[in-house]
Parts: sequence; C-alpha cells; structure tokens
Amino acid sequence: MSESFRVDRRTTIKWVVAAAASLPAIRRGALAGAPPPVATLSAARGYGTDPDLTRVYAPGDLWPLTFTPAERRTATALCDVILPADERSPSASAVGVVDFIDEWISAPYPDNAADRKIILDGFQALDAESTRRFGHGFADSDASSQAQICDEICDLSRSEARLAKTAQFFARFRDLTVGGFYTTPEGVRDLRYVGNVALARFDGPPPEVLRKVGLDGTSA
Amino acid sequence: MPFVTPRTLGQYDVIVVGSGAAGGQTAYTLAMEGARVLMLEAGRKYEPESETPMFHTPGQAPLRGASTTDKPFGFHDATVDGGWQVPGEPYVNTSEDDSGRFDWWRARMLGGRTNHWGRYSFRNGPYDFKPRSRDGLGFDWPLSYEDVAPYYDRVEMLIGVYGANDGLENTPNSPPDCLLPPPKPRVSDLLVAQRAKRIGVPVVAGHRAVLTKALDHRNLPAKLHPGNPNAQAILASHMQGRASCFWATPCGRGCSIRANYQSTTVHLPPALATGKLDILVNAMVREVKLGKDGRARGVVFIDRTTGQAGEATARAVCLAASACETVRILLNSRSAQHPQGLANSSGKLGRYLMDTVGSSVYGQIPLLEDLPPHNEDGATGGHMYAPWWLYKEQLAGKLGFARGYHIEFGGGRRMPSLGTFDGIEWVTGGSYGRKLKEDARRYYGSFIYFDGRGEMIPNDDSYCEIDPETRDRWGIPVLRFHWKWSEHETRQAAHMQKTFGEVIQEMGGRVKGTIVTDGAKAIAPGGSIIHELGGAIMGSDSGNSVTNGWGQSWDVENLFVTDGAVFPSNADKNPTLTIMALAWRSADHILDRMRRKEL
Repeated sequence: MSESFRVDRRTTIKWVVAAAASLPAIRRGALAGAPPPVATLSAARGYGTDPDLTRVYAPGDLWPLTFTPAERRTATALCDVILPADERSPSASAVGVVDFIDEWISAPYPDNAADRKIILDGFQALDAESTRRFGHGFADSDASSQAQICDEICDLSRSEARLAKTAQFFARFRDLTVGGFYTTPEGVRDLRYVGNVALARFDGPPPEVLRKVGLDGTSA
Repeated sequence: MPFVTPRTLGQYDVIVVGSGAAGGQTAYTLAMEGARVLMLEAGRKYEPESETPMFHTPGQAPLRGASTTDKPFGFHDATVDGGWQVPGEPYVNTSEDDSGRFDWWRARMLGGRTNHWGRYSFRNGPYDFKPRSRDGLGFDWPLSYEDVAPYYDRVEMLIGVYGANDGLENTPNSPPDCLLPPPKPRVSDLLVAQRAKRIGVPVVAGHRAVLTKALDHRNLPAKLHPGNPNAQAILASHMQGRASCFWATPCGRGCSIRANYQSTTVHLPPALATGKLDILVNAMVREVKLGKDGRARGVVFIDRTTGQAGEATARAVCLAASACETVRILLNSRSAQHPQGLANSSGKLGRYLMDTVGSSVYGQIPLLEDLPPHNEDGATGGHMYAPWWLYKEQLAGKLGFARGYHIEFGGGRRMPSLGTFDGIEWVTGGSYGRKLKEDARRYYGSFIYFDGRGEMIPNDDSYCEIDPETRDRWGIPVLRFHWKWSEHETRQAAHMQKTFGEVIQEMGGRVKGTIVTDGAKAIAPGGSIIHELGGAIMGSDSGNSVTNGWGQSWDVENLFVTDGAVFPSNADKNPTLTIMALAWRSADHILDRMRRKEL
C-alpha cells in the first residue's frame, strides 16, 4: 500500500464521519399516534416541494393509508403469490410491501390516483373471477386456484381479451410488489447488492467478472 | 454578514442575479478579485453539507423515492422548490402538443440546478464556435475555441473534472494539470466499448465534475489567481475542505463531502470567505432599472417572504438567472426608452431558444446476467461516453442532418430502486412466484440504457416572449413559449435510435420495446433535457444579436448577461462547463473595465 493511498484513505474516513452527521435519525415521532382518518383522498396533501430529505419515512407518516381490511387481505395474498418466501428471502408481505402499496394508492399525486383506480378495480375483478370459478374470493382460495387465475393474467400478451384489464392490473401490481420488495433491506440482500458504502478507492470489476463476460483478454 | 436582508443591503460594484453555474462563477471571479458583489437568488438558502441525504435508501423515502409532481426527479434528488412546474409561477405554451411545447425547468434554491445536475463537463470544440462557417447553418460565435480555452482550463482546475485526453476530432484535449484521473470502467462500460467499436463508435473516458482525487491545493490557486495571495490562500483552504469521491451515493442528491461540483459547495464558500460577496435569498428579480444616464442603476426584486418590492443598486448588473429567466427579466424591463424590453434594439431578445436533442433506448444484455456480486456504484454517473464520431460523413452530406450527438450510457448492479425491474415481464414472459425471484436475481445488473445528447440548431420558430395576460403570484408577467424542431433534430433522434439498437445487438442483447424510426416520435419534448440556451445571443453585429462576445449588452454598457442565454449555438456538449468558462471570461472583462474606470 503506497503512502499516498493511506493519506487518501484517512481523508476519506474523515469525511465519511462528517457525512454520517447527515444520516437519518430513526423516524422520530413517526408512529406517535395514527393520523386521523380523512373523508376523501383529495383532502390529503403531498409532502410539498421542500420536504425534509434527511428524515426516514414510513408508509402512513405523510398521508393516511386507506386499504379496507378486505382490500388488505387481497393485497397480502397477491403480494405473496407474486413474491413468496424462499430459501434466500422472506415473502413480500412479511417485509411491509402491503403497507407500501397502500401508501402508494393512497398518495395525493396524479399518478397514484390513477394507480388507485387500477388496483382497487383490479381487486374486485380478481375476486369476481375467483368467485365465478371457485365460489369464494381470491384471498380465500388455495394456492392452486390462485395460480390457475394468475397463470392467465400474468402475461398481457398471452391473456385472453376478457381478462385483458385484469392482466393490466396484475402487471401494475407486480411492478409495485417487486419495486416495493427489492427496496427493503431483505430485498437488497437477496439481490446481493453490495454498494452504498463509502470506499477508499474504486477498483472496477474483479477478474472473475471480466473472465465471465469475456473481457479478460482471452476473447475478442 | 454575507447573507443579507433587504434592509441590510450595502454598496456594490456588481449585482449578480442568479446563483447557479453562471451566477456562482460570475460572483466567484468578481469577489475573489476584489469587487464588491451582491448576489440575488429567487429561492431559499440551501446547505448541501447538512441537507443532502447521503446513504439514504429508496426504502427510507416516501413512495420508495418515486418521482412526484412535488419532486420530479425523485424524493432524494437535491432539487427543492423546483421542477417543470413551480407552484405560483406559471408559464404559457402556444401548443400543448409534444412537438410544439417547451417545458421550462426551474430550481428555486441557492445554487439552482447545479445541486442536482449530471456533472457531465465537456468542452465545446473549435467547430462548435464556428458552426455556420462549417456548414452554413445557424450562427457563428464572436469567439473562437482559442478565446475560451484558457477559461476552460481555469474552470476545470477550480471545480475538478475527471476525464482523459483522447485527441478525437472536435473533442479538445485539456492541458496538463486540468483533468483528474477518470474512474475505472465498470464491466458494462468495457463491454459497450468493445462492441460499439465494431460499428465504429468510439467509447472513451467520461468527463464529469467529480473529484477522483483531492485537488492540488498547493499549486492550483496560484495558477487561478496569479498575483493575488489573498485569493490564493482562501482557495487553498477551500480546496482542502473538499473530499475526493468515496464512490457511493448518487451525485444528483448533491454531495455533503463536496466531492462533486455544485455552486453551493465550490463557488460560493470561497467567494463568501473574501468578505466581498453578499447574498440575498428569496429575492425574485422583476426588472433592471435604468438611471437618468441610460445606464443600469440596479434591479427591482420581490422579497418572496413578504411580497414587498425592493431595489438594489450597483455600478454594473450581471444577469445569470438561467437563459429564459434572464430573458424574462429583460423583456419585463420596459420603459419609454425601451418599449420592447431592455437590450432589445435588435428585436432578437427571446429568439433562438434551444434545448438539447434527447432520445433513449433501454436494453438487456445476457452476457451481464448472473455476474458475481461486486460494487459498481463508482462515481454514480457515467464513467465512459461516446463523443460524436461522424464529422466527416456529416460534412459530406451523407447523414441527412447537420450536427452531431454524443452518447451517455450506463448499466450495472446499482442500488435497487422502485424502477429497477419495472415492466420486467418484457424479459421474463410474465413470471411470478419463486420463478420471479430467480429471474430478478438473474437479470439484476444486466440492463443498460443509452441516452443520445445532440445539437439543436437555433431556428426562427423557437422563442419566448411575454404573455400579455398571465402573471405569476408576485404579479410579474410570465413567459410564453413557441417551439419547433427542424428535420436536423428529428432525423438526428432517429439516428440515435438506430445506433443504440445496433450497439445493443452487437452486445448480444435485446431492445426493450422497438427502435423508433420516426424521428419526430423519438425526440424528447423541448425543455426535457434541461439545457435551455439562447434568447439573448451574442454576436459581432448589434443588429442581429443582444450582446457582444463579452456578454455585454449592445444597448446598455454596464449590463451583462453571463449565463446560457448568450449561446448562439448549442453543441452536443452539455453546456455547464462552457457557461462557467464564459462567465469567468465576462467577469474578467468587467474587472478589467472597472480597474480602468470604464464601468
């Protein structure tokens, strides 16, 4: 290790400490009482154009969550059909993805309002389809019944016209589930993302990576 | 105190309106060389050191950090009180159609958009200052590359830019001591470089304003401020207060360790340390006021916290409020003498508004699937890029459009975000369940984007003027935009699409969606790349330009424009570095004229 590298590293560490001063405090007062329910979504307000960026936020901190218990059950069931627990990570619902989706569809922004309609209408369509086939709603169906429906709506390009709208809903719900899941610490670990840490230097890809891609000089 | 209030304004040599790249550089140069400067900023005071969300994850933000109408670039983006729409500050478009619209980005905060920008820092080349001489279109600058080169040197040394000298056509090398070493390429960079080369596209080190090592505080200050030991000492101390990049956290959030350039961490602190710079925030400048002698006396501003109008005076006024805001101030500075707005005797004020041509393609590369985990954050932005490479073919008329573009691209195992797997069924065929988890692991890090950034030629149909009816919340008349692309831009956008498709194909990958062959559909709407330029263009003839080559208005001797409004062309090179080089050059000129008692 060269002398100049050691100096750089010391400097870096000094600044990491400085940066840590701007790290988020843990949700001060975030759970200090549930927010009062609001009559309509339009009464809720966004975080504005100048929110505190250094705070840590959780669903429900800024605007009320609005899933009914029935909607929450459907969301939970669908989340875990889309991303169930396996040997590397828990299920989506186990790490708060349902709360995130509730936050998303309850948010007072135009894109979220559009998604709110897609998601809540989609729950109804899903339940109707499930009831038609199996006599009860999606959340109360067994895994094979749920899979039977999901197989028909999981790919918009293959789903039949009658289910096209439900397939669109499924695609949107999958995006939210996947996006919600892989932004949790458990999801990040599952992907083996190893960044967002201060480094003294950036070394680029290790040799085994270059070898795998054929960039180690052994092929053109 | 350097942050003043409307009641504590002092006596000033120069008023600088705006605090971003242009205002920051103008005020820095003036204050470091001894001029008394008042800077007015429409937005609030902003401190990156304490306000930047370093290391925060998307999961810690509302809506996983997604962009909203309140925060268009996502929750953790540095911009506050900014976006294409700002509450209470409307503007008007004559067409709502994508092809005829200009969306105007503003950032009402100290440092402006330098807090969130991409940090891409390219020099214009010799052709870029004389485009009309080369192909007969647009306008030549009243400057040559040689006029501006010494100022590019200085800005690179001051702010810190990584890059390499590749000696490519119209892509100037920097002298020794100007550039910092480029970061090591990521694996996706190396793969793009290898495969793009097969179709003739050169991929070289990117140039970005990020410190890959500490600035040389022992030698650079004397080069930047010769004969000025006070400025040298201040700058040396300031340079030691900037850390080099620690290879984490997105630059767009700003940087609390000052490793990248933003006006608030690089220009303003040393300028404030001189004691010569006062800053008035929340001051929305409405107009430039003239004295009885016909010279600029100062500016009238609205205090956004009280709504009260105030006036500041100085020996000279520099407008650096962003191209369109500068134009707006001048158009609103009407008087009996100047009924069409100030500095508008040519009738060209507001004319030749430009943005950058943008078009993007997204792809997935099987070779990059399932790679061993390793840290690819790097300097967070691009480590490499492809400068324009078809100058000869273009000049020979073989391409069907007259000006070039460069390619910014990126891939890698980046911090997972809400959008990392958006619409993933395009590669998975709609998987869910355990299979979807396996697919996410497999495809994570294998996606890549290509963004084209190309030159727009100024035209008669793209301009802004004052809307006769609409006023903002302060009662200030607002801008109305007219916009039209020419075929030079739309064909260029189609060429971008075709090229990106070919590069992805050479990489053995697949394109998301389809390659758009209709350039009018491939091009991003005006204003979306946020490189607004023109509107008060410089020239060598007072009959068809607003300022001379110093940014000095032809009509009012002590009125200068030191931002992107003076650009008579918009090369593919991102404009920020050139804005700063020109601002430094103009400020030097103002200092020189003041020393000779001519201002």
